[in-house]
Amino acid sequence: MSEQDPAAAFRIEAADLLDATEQALLDLTHDLASRDLVDTVFRGMHTLKGSGAMFGFDALAAFTHHCETAFDKVRKGIVPASAELVAITLGAMDHMRALVDLDADDPALDEAGNAILERLHAALGSAPDAGGEAPPAAQPMPAANATAAPGGWHIVFRLPAEAMANGTNPLILLDEMRELGDAEVHVLTDTVPPLDELDPTLCYLGWDVTLKGAATREDIEDVFIFVMDDMDLSIEALESEAPPAAGAVQAAASAKAAAPAESPRSPAPRSARAAEESVRVPAGRLDVLMDRVGELVIVQSRLAQLAESGLRGPAGELALRSISEEVERLASELRDTTMVLRMVPIAALFGRFRRLVHDLAHETGKEIELVTEGESTEIDKTVSEQLADPIVHLIRNACDHGLETPEERGEAGKATTGRIRLSAEQAGGEVLITITDDGRGINRQRVRAKAEANGLLQPGQVVPDSELLQMIFHPGFSTAEQVTNLSGRGVGMDVVKRTIEALRGTIDMTSEPGKGSTITLRIPLTLAIIEGLLVRVGQGNYVIPLAAVEECIELSLEEDIRTRGRSMISLRGRLVPFLRLREVFQTGTRPDPYQKIVVIGTGGERVGLVVDQIIGSHQTVIKSLSGLHRRLPSFSGATILGDGGVALILDIVQLVALGQQQEERLRAAG
Amino acid sequence: MSSILTVDDSASVRMAIRIALSGAGHSVAEAADGSEGLGKARMAKYDLIITDLNMPRMNGLEMIREIRKLPIQAGTPIIFLTTESADNLKSQAKAAGATGWLVKPFVPDHLLKVARKVLGG
Repeated sequence: MSEQDPAAAFRIEAADLLDATEQALLDLTHDLASRDLVDTVFRGMHTLKGSGAMFGFDALAAFTHHCETAFDKVRKGIVPASAELVAITLGAMDHMRALVDLDADDPALDEAGNAILERLHAALGSAPDAGGEAPPAAQPMPAANATAAPGGWHIVFRLPAEAMANGTNPLILLDEMRELGDAEVHVLTDTVPPLDELDPTLCYLGWDVTLKGAATREDIEDVFIFVMDDMDLSIEALESEAPPAAGAVQAAASAKAAAPAESPRSPAPRSARAAEESVRVPAGRLDVLMDRVGELVIVQSRLAQLAESGLRGPAGELALRSISEEVERLASELRDTTMVLRMVPIAALFGRFRRLVHDLAHETGKEIELVTEGESTEIDKTVSEQLADPIVHLIRNACDHGLETPEERGEAGKATTGRIRLSAEQAGGEVLITITDDGRGINRQRVRAKAEANGLLQPGQVVPDSELLQMIFHPGFSTAEQVTNLSGRGVGMDVVKRTIEALRGTIDMTSEPGKGSTITLRIPLTLAIIEGLLVRVGQGNYVIPLAAVEECIELSLEEDIRTRGRSMISLRGRLVPFLRLREVFQTGTRPDPYQKIVVIGTGGERVGLVVDQIIGSHQTVIKSLSGLHRRLPSFSGATILGDGGVALILDIVQLVALGQQQEERLRAAG
Repeated sequence: MSSILTVDDSASVRMAIRIALSGAGHSVAEAADGSEGLGKARMAKYDLIITDLNMPRMNGLEMIREIRKLPIQAGTPIIFLTTESADNLKSQAKAAGATGWLVKPFVPDHLLKVARKVLGG
């Protein structure tokens, strides 16, 4: 990390620390007697308070102090860990998160904090200020013993034998004493053993120091603060020979005494919320990257040498070809290595849901257990962040609609505790995330009734089961008879679907009545690079994401003419609508004699795209479009081709929707 | 100018230490846990090592014991970070071979004062 703002670094650490502490608290709800968990929670609070105070997060430090005190009491067995205390502390975690994010004082937040503390103290059975001494801001050393001796001091000290081996340098101690005043130093050698018994790493000497000046006993003790517990030290005040002006000594002494306090607290500057996101990268991955870059530099110098040598003809070509192959290998390795830098384990994302399920179980009165699998699966950091909301929604749905109450489960002969399984695994270039519940499953009759009521299905229309289940992803579709505050008002599944598709992922659902439902999300590993199919339409090049391509077929001239105005082809007995991209993009060019149809599919719907030429597969580095062009439908981005030209990337979801609309229009028209 | 190693699993604390010490003209190396700290202490002589005690992989006490066995770091002062409430930790760390301590939370002036105390000058 190169930025120079410890407060920003602290924010990131605090978030991690809060997550870890919250996990321990959640574990504690199942095992209230666990000392280890109580210790973990206590240490988390302790660190948060200490570091918070260091970096100027005073409100956080003050608030956390109370929670720390509470868990210190639990740790020491003064109060028991109760479910109530844990619940209140979980609430306090949310408040701490708010305080970490806080940029300025917020009275409303103070009030919320005080309310939490009141509940906390009530739970502990203590008065609000019982555990409430001020949290330790960095303090000056206590000023006691601050009187100077008018005649100076006589100091005799012997260091512990291993003092030098342990890093204490007696010379520095003597120098420090000389800074306090005029010092007369005598060395005591009486305990030095004979040479053959002498261990050169040990300290055998003692010192006798007469110190004149305004130093106080405390100043002298300060010199020895790190060794005082293990050493022989005597400090005696000397009788004054000729008393100096008392006032002067007094003034000097009090100046000394005040000195440690004069260092004002300079909290780390609290800059505005660090908006720049950062990714933590294991050092090993950076090493690999450095290796590749090193190799690249070597290849580059080989290339420079070749250019310099003026080698022509077959030999030169051979040499150039070998370099080109090397560069190709390095580029692909660099691409893979660099992409991996953005990858984070999905565990952090999954960790958030434990709290969610805990809260949901509480709200719904259901018994719910969350099981997670494949937490070490890695995923692009941006993708991971964007997945949070959709998965929250899916888990809410599962808890709210999917799982039954303990009584219902008992009647159905199931375990009373409902189970939600969240798992992740990598499959090729995709990450598969499944959310499974063992609840009642989707009620087909209800879905059908709702779909018919909304006009999505004709009464009595026969649809395959998978299509019926897809209905729940339609906008405005919600089967919950009673809208609860959990699952909201049917703003859910279609938004989830759109978010997943924006990540170029897919969402599928299976459900077995009485046994539960499974939702599968397939998400590409990264957003930055895709495999694409490069095609030409008119004079422009376009990229179709290869993952969406189902097949490519030829559109013969006679079929082109025959289908004009209808734009449907029969593909193995099923009618597939198609779009002539030349017309959609209004290229104004004549079609190639042998046009091709690229059949693309998403979410079970298929559309053909008529292109002039299929050029081939293409590793596509996605560049986003400028603000001016971002709102263009049909395009999701652009890429730069090998010859420097630009190709637009087609937006599959949009095009499929366009194709379906066209089909509906045609169907309506005739 | 002295060469100082700071060992702490908290990036923010390392950063605060680095800023304070490099501001005073020292060069500062960083390690994120005891094992990494020990590795660095094997490779180069430091004038001062500042370490946290509670760290993953290898805790501070263990690291201090190991460093004290290294001839290259003979007599290198080692300062550990501690909190007000950890008295028994203090004696454990001293027994492991630590030179002194710095109480958290600290401000840059405290840190510089402690560094001056063991480095001299």
